[in-house]
Amino acid sequence: MAIHPPEKRIWWNEPLERSEVTWITIAFIWGLVMFFTMVFWHFTGEQNLSNEAYRIHPETFAERTEAMADQYTVREEGDTGIPVVHPPPGSDVYMLARLWEWWPILELEEGKDYRLHLSSMDWQHGFSLQPENINIQVHPGYELVLTLTPEGVGEYWVVCNEFCGIGHHQMVGKIYVVEAK
Amino acid sequence: MASIADTGTLPRAAEFRTCPDTGLKIDLAAEKLIRWNAVVAVVFLAIGGFFGLLVALTRWPAVHLLPAEWFYLALTAHGADVLLFWVIFFEIAILYFASAVLLNSRLAAPRIAWLGFWLMLAGALLANVAVLQGESSVMFTSYVPMQAAPHFYLGLILFAVGALVAVAVFFGTLVIAKDEGTYEGSVPLVTFGAIAAAVIAVFTITSGAIILIPTFFWSVGIISHIDPVMYKVVWWGMGHSSQQINVSAHVAVWYAIAAMVLGAKPLSEKVSRFAFLMYILFLQIAAAHHLLVEPGISSEWKIFNTSYALYLAVLGSLIHGLSVPGAIEAAQRRRGFTKGVFEWLRKAPWGNPAFSGMFLSLVMFGFLGGISGVVLGSEQINLILHNTMYVPGHFHGTVVAGTTLAFMAITYLVVPLIFRREIMFKKVAQWQPYVFGLGVAGISLFMMGAGTLGVSRRHWDITFSDAPVAFDYPGTAFLMMGLNGVFGVLAALGGLMYIVVVVWSVFFGERRTEEKARSEPLLPQDGAAAVATYGSEGTLKLPGTITLVAVFFVAFVLYYFVNWKFLSEVWPLS
Repeated sequence: MAIHPPEKRIWWNEPLERSEVTWITIAFIWGLVMFFTMVFWHFTGEQNLSNEAYRIHPETFAERTEAMADQYTVREEGDTGIPVVHPPPGSDVYMLARLWEWWPILELEEGKDYRLHLSSMDWQHGFSLQPENINIQVHPGYELVLTLTPEGVGEYWVVCNEFCGIGHHQMVGKIYVVEAK
Repeated sequence: MASIADTGTLPRAAEFRTCPDTGLKIDLAAEKLIRWNAVVAVVFLAIGGFFGLLVALTRWPAVHLLPAEWFYLALTAHGADVLLFWVIFFEIAILYFASAVLLNSRLAAPRIAWLGFWLMLAGALLANVAVLQGESSVMFTSYVPMQAAPHFYLGLILFAVGALVAVAVFFGTLVIAKDEGTYEGSVPLVTFGAIAAAVIAVFTITSGAIILIPTFFWSVGIISHIDPVMYKVVWWGMGHSSQQINVSAHVAVWYAIAAMVLGAKPLSEKVSRFAFLMYILFLQIAAAHHLLVEPGISSEWKIFNTSYALYLAVLGSLIHGLSVPGAIEAAQRRRGFTKGVFEWLRKAPWGNPAFSGMFLSLVMFGFLGGISGVVLGSEQINLILHNTMYVPGHFHGTVVAGTTLAFMAITYLVVPLIFRREIMFKKVAQWQPYVFGLGVAGISLFMMGAGTLGVSRRHWDITFSDAPVAFDYPGTAFLMMGLNGVFGVLAALGGLMYIVVVVWSVFFGERRTEEKARSEPLLPQDGAAAVATYGSEGTLKLPGTITLVAVFFVAFVLYYFVNWKFLSEVWPLS
């Protein structure tokens, strides 16, 4: 029994039964398949998180974000006072996370590529784009740069899904996707 | 409680009793330590489970029980009390059992073991006080730069040091048993599994110390900055790896229960030990499971780490997935349940909570926790699941349906064998694994469902009622969260049944005397003969187990690729 020492002292020379060998082989190959699926997706898949990241001071990131907003703001979101920014396709766009908002609101054109920069001003936050359900961790002091291609005209929301204190559940941002001009 | 069995000088003249059920020689000092660690574990399960119920009732949209501040406090306490304190206290009891008791040996340095116990208890209480004071609602993970009160970190450090001391006593006991020749040949398979758990524990606790000690200094102002990405990399060396202690420990418990209830022998010692070896070598490296969508970490490292190096640790679990039910089937067939493919399973002792709990744990760990874990841990798929309710859905499948249910199941053997009390309220005990198991299965499934729809974990209000920018998750998500609440209540009921049965049995139960042990044996008397020769060669064919494994494998492959399909439908990003 498993609670007693092995009956045969030399247990490691025991021959293996075929069903066990078969299962170990299948399981090992399945592991290789899963491993190489991840590698393969880097070459053929369209959804891979960028490896481009920089250390950055929160103030520097805030300055760049504000510069973008100053240049490309097209309107304000309702009576919230949050600017809606429509940067040109292909450009660098910024969204900053802070207690407890995503700033600013972006308006992007469908099917165009954007270099999206994400960083936090204070604690960690979670960029959770709904209803697409794309989730990316946002750290203070680190700037993640990824190329994003919006698909489907409409409204999208950015929920914070990393706990960031008592106002965590109020932290919602927004991305509009409009038809390309 | 304060009395200590010996003076600690070497070699100790230990006092033993002979177990009337198993014939094992039990060191009384070890027995006392096993009892106290198990009792304290159950206390923390009760506290942590209560907080879990509050969390489930708050996330049930129609109930929404607690205000935000209390919700985050309860969630922090729930995580620490069940994920750390309940499982690790219980695991220390298992380590002492698997070393001193199974090897017929005296326990190394009981006084040191008590020191470990008190350190762990003091640390756990201190951390709980810090959380209840309300200044440390930082979640179990306490990601910097969010800061908890200094005594929160200090509590965790004391607990970790205590656990490390206990693990050292375990290794010391192995050395003594070998030296004094208390067993023949190699250690039993269950002890081997416990060794795997202990090796991983050393790695885990060291990672915890490496990150929590500087974080403590940061919280009192001696260190100015802790890098948040570095924190996460090292913290998860503890956080995720400690779940692998649980996996090794509960797989060892599966083998132990199968052996004690059915007299099942491993199909092949070589294969089962090889699988545990895969755990020792690879299971502890999965910190990347929590870092797949972080900035500043390369994809190469993520892929290697998240897959436990080509999924070699998953291979270990897949092997146990065949060899544990296979051992049970072989034992049952030897006993004469040979009709058809599944007579052995139909006529298994489903009324024995030790067996039913163990088998439910095995099935749910594989189907719910195991498959979802591999999917969640695939580098790119993590993009559509990270920090959603899918994550707690996954780990309630592993740590609650798997580990907690397995530990509950073995309690039904520990109480008569180690506490020498009869299990009271036998009917309640019989139903307990089913009630708890069904509750946890529901929690796990509906959380995963909500996560697939995008619902955030650790979130007080998914209606975003006072957010400046209005947003609503789809209606189905609310349904899922409601069902999660319902099944949470069911799981809490199952937990309560366990606690009532265990506490009543331990403190007020009928004593299990030697006469009683002789007249109503706990272990099968034909156990030794159940599997005629050890090793799979020459044993019976196992069509039932092969069918179960085939169903599992097909489910695994289909579900895995369905999630890649889901991923391919979201916005392209690179």
